[in-house]
Amino acid sequence: MASDDVKLIGAWASPYVMRPRIALNLKGVEYEFLEEKFGSKSELLLKSNPVYKKIPVLLHGGKPICESLIIVQYIDEAWSGHSILPSDPYHRAVARFWGHYIDDKWFPALTGISRAPTDEAKKEAIEQVFAGLKFLEEVLEKSGAGKPFFGGDTIGYIDIALGSHLGWLRATEKLSGLTYLDESKTPLLVCWAEKFSAHEAVKCAMPETDKLVEFAQMLKAKFSAYIDALSPSITLFSSLNYICSL
Amino acid sequence: MGGDEEVKLYGMWASPAVRRVEWALKMKGVEYQYIEEDLAKKSHQLLEHNPINKQVPVLLHNGLPVLESLVIIEYIDETWKGNPILPIDPYQRASARFWATFAETKLLDGTKAIFLAQGEEKVKAIKKVEDTLKVLEEELRGKKFFGGESIGYLDIVLGWIALWLGVGEEVADYRVLDAIKFPKITSWIENFLHVDLIKENIPDRQHTLEFFHNFRRFGFAIPNK
Repeated sequence: MASDDVKLIGAWASPYVMRPRIALNLKGVEYEFLEEKFGSKSELLLKSNPVYKKIPVLLHGGKPICESLIIVQYIDEAWSGHSILPSDPYHRAVARFWGHYIDDKWFPALTGISRAPTDEAKKEAIEQVFAGLKFLEEVLEKSGAGKPFFGGDTIGYIDIALGSHLGWLRATEKLSGLTYLDESKTPLLVCWAEKFSAHEAVKCAMPETDKLVEFAQMLKAKFSAYIDALSPSITLFSSLNYICSL
Repeated sequence: MGGDEEVKLYGMWASPAVRRVEWALKMKGVEYQYIEEDLAKKSHQLLEHNPINKQVPVLLHNGLPVLESLVIIEYIDETWKGNPILPIDPYQRASARFWATFAETKLLDGTKAIFLAQGEEKVKAIKKVEDTLKVLEEELRGKKFFGGESIGYLDIVLGWIALWLGVGEEVADYRVLDAIKFPKITSWIENFLHVDLIKENIPDRQHTLEFFHNFRRFGFAIPNK
């Protein structure tokens, strides 16, 4: 497909945008990255994703595909080469299940920590995050079978779904002082995180932790003047919520 | 596919998520053993196969568990060839998946929010559901079913609208399914309920109504969750 026109609308700080970037890199597909300007939404974005008005949006031959994990599956099916999802239906189902879990249960628990109304609720949210990481450690152990990635020798669907959150996870650790990827609790994940971040297909798409910390602090400064009345402190996760609503 | 395959489905009769998996199995002509779960007293098999969220449906294929209804439907589609449920073309597949997740998060969760809300919150929640239905009404333009001339993935994912949305309206005392506002969805419901495999595999409305009345009355709690 030599004259394929591939564009990706996104923003550097968004974990969801990272996902199709990694997928395209794994397939060796050249694409044009259209960075959204912070604080506004382009005409192209509004036209391409009228339902959610959110990034990422993949434009393939002008046709829009939305929702990060749906885009990753599309990339896997539209281009040959590196397989992102496993080849057999059962392992594909396992991968899809965990992708769903990460987005629908684990990540909301993570962002829920900052929104917890009481200390009790906060503690519970933190426990949920650790419980989720423990599940994922077991998945890595079972499906990895001594291999470096969830996908085995190479990066696969679960790697992308979870790995895209590493930037913000590390930034959070810096800002909150709490270690989520703890060698004593989830040693395989700690090792996996390093290998994933160093991978050719990931390196260029992974935002630098310090830049994310800076970004979160900038947002806090920018918004706290407006919303101090509603929420005494914008934490990192509120920033993350903001970014994910871009 | 005959005797070597062992297919079991753990479910609960009133659950739309379970029913859509059954529709997918029927579309493929797969024989399976159905195991009814008492959600107040879950079997140890269910808890063993789904320790993560302890919910139905769980599909067990030759001893291997598959979880989450939408994941199960894709698994069924990929495992048993013939009579495809999802479209073949990658772009159309992405589109089907997009509308399915849209409907799950905006419509299904939206109606759950109506159940739980009161007063002004309820009014807002109803408006959100109506806006979602408008989008789906547009998706049906020029089509008998979301899948075209015959039912496909999106039809079975949205199939809960054909019965459970009406039940929800009655139980929580609100109205969104207006035939004048949503003529296409209204005729889609009628056409959907006339499809043989759906007709023969949908719970009785009165029983479903009673179930959800009780469900709401007892605060949405099914004990021992």
